[in-house]
Amino acid sequence: MPEKIISKFFDIPNSHTVEVYEQHGGYQTIRRVLKEMTPDQVTQEVIKSNLRGLGGAGFPTGRKWSFIPKDNPKPKYLVVNADESEPGTFKDRYVIDHYTHGLLEGIMIAAYAIGAHKAFIYIRGEYVRQAERLVEQIKAARKKGYLGKKIFGSDYELEVVVHRGAGAYICGEETALLESLEGKKGWPRMKPPFPAIEGAFRCPTIVNNVETIAYVPTIIERGGEWFAKLGTERNGGVRFFSVSGHVKKPGVYELPMGTPLREIIFEHAGGMKNGAKLKAVVPGGSSAPILTADEIDVKMDFDSLAAIGSMLGSAGVIVMDETTCIVRALYVVTRFYHHESCGQCTPCREGTGWADKILHRILEGRGRPEDVDNLVTIANNIFGNTICPLGDAAAWPIQSYVKKFRDEFEYHCRERKCNIH
Amino acid sequence: MPKITIDGATIEVEKGTTVIQAAEKLGIEIPRYCYHPGLSIVGVCRICLVEIERMPKLQVACYTPVTDGMVVHTNNAKVLEARRAVLEFLLINHPLDCPVCDQAGECWLQNFYMQHGLYDSKMYEDKVKKHKAMPIGPNVILDSERCILCSRCVRFCDEISKTHELGIFNRGDHAELLPYPGRELDNKYSGNTVDICPVGALTDRDFRFRTRVWYLSETKSICPGCSNGCNIYVHHNDKRPYKAGGIRISRLKPRYNAEVNQWWMCDEGRYGFDYVDAGNRIVTPLKKETGWFSELSWEDAATSIAKRIKEIIETHGTKAVGVMLSPQMTNEGLYAAMRFFHEMLNLENINFELPPLEKGYEDDFLIKADKNPNTTGAKEIVPTMMRKKTMTIEQMIDAAAAKNLRALYICHHDLEKGIALSKIESAFAHLELIVFQGTNSNSTSALAHYVLPSATFVEMDGTFTNFARRVQKINRAVPPLGESKPDWMIFRNLAKKLGKSMPYFEAEDVFAALSSQLSSFSGLTYQAIGDQGVVLNGYKVESEKAAEARVT
Repeated sequence: MPEKIISKFFDIPNSHTVEVYEQHGGYQTIRRVLKEMTPDQVTQEVIKSNLRGLGGAGFPTGRKWSFIPKDNPKPKYLVVNADESEPGTFKDRYVIDHYTHGLLEGIMIAAYAIGAHKAFIYIRGEYVRQAERLVEQIKAARKKGYLGKKIFGSDYELEVVVHRGAGAYICGEETALLESLEGKKGWPRMKPPFPAIEGAFRCPTIVNNVETIAYVPTIIERGGEWFAKLGTERNGGVRFFSVSGHVKKPGVYELPMGTPLREIIFEHAGGMKNGAKLKAVVPGGSSAPILTADEIDVKMDFDSLAAIGSMLGSAGVIVMDETTCIVRALYVVTRFYHHESCGQCTPCREGTGWADKILHRILEGRGRPEDVDNLVTIANNIFGNTICPLGDAAAWPIQSYVKKFRDEFEYHCRERKCNIH
Repeated sequence: MPKITIDGATIEVEKGTTVIQAAEKLGIEIPRYCYHPGLSIVGVCRICLVEIERMPKLQVACYTPVTDGMVVHTNNAKVLEARRAVLEFLLINHPLDCPVCDQAGECWLQNFYMQHGLYDSKMYEDKVKKHKAMPIGPNVILDSERCILCSRCVRFCDEISKTHELGIFNRGDHAELLPYPGRELDNKYSGNTVDICPVGALTDRDFRFRTRVWYLSETKSICPGCSNGCNIYVHHNDKRPYKAGGIRISRLKPRYNAEVNQWWMCDEGRYGFDYVDAGNRIVTPLKKETGWFSELSWEDAATSIAKRIKEIIETHGTKAVGVMLSPQMTNEGLYAAMRFFHEMLNLENINFELPPLEKGYEDDFLIKADKNPNTTGAKEIVPTMMRKKTMTIEQMIDAAAAKNLRALYICHHDLEKGIALSKIESAFAHLELIVFQGTNSNSTSALAHYVLPSATFVEMDGTFTNFARRVQKINRAVPPLGESKPDWMIFRNLAKKLGKSMPYFEAEDVFAALSSQLSSFSGLTYQAIGDQGVVLNGYKVESEKAAEARVT
């Protein structure tokens, strides 16, 4: 079994408290960073680690940090994206629950690296317990002098603020998140400028996913090169795979980047439930293009999945067995994106609703033969033409489900009934 | 300066210019809904998607700044398909209201569909239902189903009127434009949201169901509502006047002038044209006999008024006649009046200013406290031609009460607005002759012995000089109502009765005489004034000052 870095804390009772975290070596790295390292050295180490944005986009984290302008006199902000909302993804919840101070230590190191004295954790509204835990543990850290002025006796100052979202998927998109953080409606911004130049409150801002930040203390402690070697080329380290669907042991698995999908499903997640046959897998959260059972030998890293036309995304692995109606599965996904489209720009606002209605009609037995092509046309017309990636996220499932399971869609429209149920 | 090639044509533009602006400079029109040059850029409608070489995705032309060497395609297959797709998306939930929609005929959905759409509908689903025919303020009515969520009106209320009444609520295809809870779209500039709405979502309550826009004619003019002189279009219904119940002017719309009003105008001006076709318009010359007004011909009116003025001057001298001109009059009207009263009759008590009892509303944007369109013109013309100090209007009232004045010739004033009516009535009781010349009857005209009908600003050519000394042209949109005439023509006719000649046949002739006589107007012609106006010499607008500062 590969080494557990964060998930080893999942099995330790009360691992979310300062005391237990420190008993297991916590808060040593930040002490050393503040004493011995310059912000640049921290960033360089993260660059070496090949750590990539684990929220889904996979952008190299260290490089992102290096975009913070050095000569900008405005305050800098670190924003931790805890708006974990991609269907099939539930890793950040575990990290917050069990590795609370690890996350806080990561925030301290990252904030130090980018020169921020204020960090926000934007957490999805539904994560009530996690938000409470964060607030309580931030208080505990503050009491110990780990947050606030002169942390760990250094000259460095940092405050962490927990901000709860109000239940919108779109607020996981970093610029919509920033709008929401500023108290506005969660509408994605036009880019450029990117947040590193103009982010929260028009100041340079780094937005990182919970899991990304949570790996930072270990990377600094054991070295960027060590972390990089755990993964594949340009895909550093390990990450969490949230496995759900028709498997025996759904859950989160911390595995090296590049672990074959087959191994994740059949070894770590215990294989198919009830011995059923695998039909399809969505490898990276509900927006990722679907894979057929023949494609599961792919290595689960950003580049390998991109090479076969899918994506690693948030690594939410959704496993579907032969009892799954693909048309209905697509309807469920499309209904979600319709519900969550922010409505700001035309193609996504109108296209997601249209596709949702067509799929609903097909499932009600009122499909028309031209619906199948029309669905793809709608998806193609959304794709690439929107302000933020939600449009693409809605288009990918439609494009890929129809492409790979076209006969099922045609059957539904022709026979006006389901081929599975 | 970066160079850009759009559809094969190359142009050098200022840094910071966007692709859509550069295209405009080349005469290439890229369709747009959310983009408005007077508002911030949001890039939400996506109709302006263009292909930029070496960029994998289509880009919105409104938001993308030009970089040197950029090569843009605005009408290749990929762009046309994206444009068609965006239109299709905008229309799938758009109601088929065109037959009952006021916007029909000037609707950007209709226009772009004809240019870029022309596909058969593939939409078999139920459309999303939203609020319809919802009055959201005193002037504007909202149909949410027609709204394409371009957010122009929201940005207008945030950025221009700064009143923040509107927002977009809910998500996805249920997103809906609405006023914030408990708010109304009630600000001094609310009518502009109707102008900038590219579809029939926001329409004018005033204009609602009045006229199909294709029956309207358009005439360039200047709003006479205050001294700002906002440039406007007068939309008038010439083709089907019988449908409008005698209302000839359908609506006023702002006309772009970078130096004056940009794209905007205030509601006070926009909806303040009712007097033009109101029931109290004076349509024929009137004479009061035994307490009642009776109509008389222009010929008889001019003859008897000229005769009476002459008699009073002969009996009591030129000091016994007071003339109240008005900053409501055009430069032409004022000039002809000065020629007649001062140069021909040698009258000395001539003034035009009457401070109102209640100070007018003003703000730091368009609305000025001075509700007269031509105060600057009057200040330029009247004192220059008088060459000496004269009585104020208040002093004329006092002089009338003291029997020092025997006759008053009043142009356009509603004296009650500046002086207590009881004071006016007691002073006027002593006068031998009161002539009122104006557009609409009021408490002053009721006291006159003769009433002469003037044309309104939409019924004649002329010029106003705004607060910033910009001379701007009004144009005749409709014929003068009844027997009303432009002021200058009335003075010309009166002069003729006294054997004096003013050889003017058109307003332009009056202006030519004015510009040859007054040095500040020297060299100005109607042609030079054009559609955008000209600033009188001796005055420079800020941009000109800045340009000079750069040169020196």
